[in-house]
Amino acid sequence: MSGGVHPLAGIIAGFARAVSGVQVRWSDGFSDTARQRIYFANHTSHLDFVVLWSALPAEVRRRTRPVAAKDYWESGVKAYLAQNVFRAVLVQRGAAAQAPSEEEARAAGRATIEQLAEALGETDSLILFPEGTRGTGESVAPFRSGLFHLAKRKPDAELVPVYLENLNRILPKGEFLPVPLISVLTFGAPMLVEERESKEAFLERARAAVCGLRRGENAQ
Amino acid sequence: MSDPLESAEHAFLELDGSSGNTQLMWLFGGVLGILVLASAIGVVLKRTAKSDAARATIDNLNARTRAWWKMCAIFALTLLIGRAGSLVLFGLLSLLTLREYITLVPTRRGDHRTLLWSFFIITPLQYYLIGIAWYGFFAIMIPVFAFVFVPTRIAMSGDTEHFLERAAKIQFGLMICAFCLSHAPALLILKIPGFAGRNAQLLLYLVLVDQMSDVLQYVWGKLAGKHKIAPSVSPNKTWEGFLGGVATATLLGAALWWATPFTPLQAAGMSLVIALLGFAGGLVMSAIKRDAGVKDFGAVIEGHGGILDRIDSLCFAAPIFFHLVRYFFTP
Repeated sequence: MSGGVHPLAGIIAGFARAVSGVQVRWSDGFSDTARQRIYFANHTSHLDFVVLWSALPAEVRRRTRPVAAKDYWESGVKAYLAQNVFRAVLVQRGAAAQAPSEEEARAAGRATIEQLAEALGETDSLILFPEGTRGTGESVAPFRSGLFHLAKRKPDAELVPVYLENLNRILPKGEFLPVPLISVLTFGAPMLVEERESKEAFLERARAAVCGLRRGENAQ
Repeated sequence: MSDPLESAEHAFLELDGSSGNTQLMWLFGGVLGILVLASAIGVVLKRTAKSDAARATIDNLNARTRAWWKMCAIFALTLLIGRAGSLVLFGLLSLLTLREYITLVPTRRGDHRTLLWSFFIITPLQYYLIGIAWYGFFAIMIPVFAFVFVPTRIAMSGDTEHFLERAAKIQFGLMICAFCLSHAPALLILKIPGFAGRNAQLLLYLVLVDQMSDVLQYVWGKLAGKHKIAPSVSPNKTWEGFLGGVATATLLGAALWWATPFTPLQAAGMSLVIALLGFAGGLVMSAIKRDAGVKDFGAVIEGHGGILDRIDSLCFAAPIFFHLVRYFFTP
């Protein structure tokens, strides 16, 4: 499935780590790197997925695909990188919201979930940003429901919360050159959807898990 | 004069056994001796450590020593390459320390473009000016030109919240990390009568006395430290460590007079100034860290913390040492 590793992958990963000065903090229970996972993180910068992807151990990175917006990654160099280096899963942003009827919205949502489930396959992992869009970095927006539906569809995949800190300062929304500050990336303990847990309860729990990884959050 | 090829050739010529080169090799030999001694002491201490707390201290000590080997190797290599090597090394150190500093002090979205200027134009320009030996502009570019530019660029962003704080923080970072630190390699462009071709020794002397002063203050503090100097700022700084460290660093600096343009007494005076300012630099940086609620600026160097934690003393000592040498020893 994963085929060969693109020669640019290592270079881009190294460059992303250098620019973002990323310091990675792992939680317990992460040692089983062979597991299929869905990493979900807060979203504040275009650098988010590249940095998260670059911070993973090389053999995990090879099997991990970011979920990205089709409209942004569809053209030129970006399309080439998305397809060949990151093997990104490009999804239609807001497909469900723009649908004319509720019926079609549900169908569009289901189609996206199917697409993601197929991308996960038997061995791969995904990186996704359930806020749906980039925030300012001050707070984490409520999660879209895709994470819940995907978790239900693929119950064996571990859900790993990730908190990305400072990337909004390195490359904020609307800027195109990064200021090379130091970022911190924290992987939380894997979680699963509990039996009979409602969509709303799970999404709030997942969001709380991401927010809880903020440094200093536990100290106070 | 900034031509790297010429500088490399210059260094190469020095290898032909001139007195300058012999002295430089003696200094390097001395550093090597200290490193070997420190490693040996580390091995012995590790065997004799009894309690867990003692073992933790020794492990940290040995981690520091290992990092010292690497830092000395990099510094020695760039010094041998010549002016270009030292400028690249210190230029990178400026960028890396500025990165640690700005990461720690809160800036806002509206500061983004100002920060891009600070990292990619102002700091490299400072080192370029040393490269072309333009002292007149090197000495005022950041204190005057950047000082006017930084608040202007922030004001242009339209975000006035905490305006003065933001402008002050960025300017202070440029002063400490780029301006002050750049005075260390700027020693290479001073024209000292009777000392031509040996300026690399002066840079090595500054770094050696400054860093040994840090180490000796740490050692004296660990061995005899009792009375804390400023417990709310830095709990590890004691009067015993300070006095013992500064005194021994001054003696060491005086003993190395033969590698400098100074007499033994002058060398003692210079070393005393370096050691005192090094202490001041460490104290000020500790205050900034305490204010920001962290222990270290980063975790790049094993056992030491960040790069700024390691060279905070140099940031204060370098500009004063540079100007003392320039005032008293150049025409």
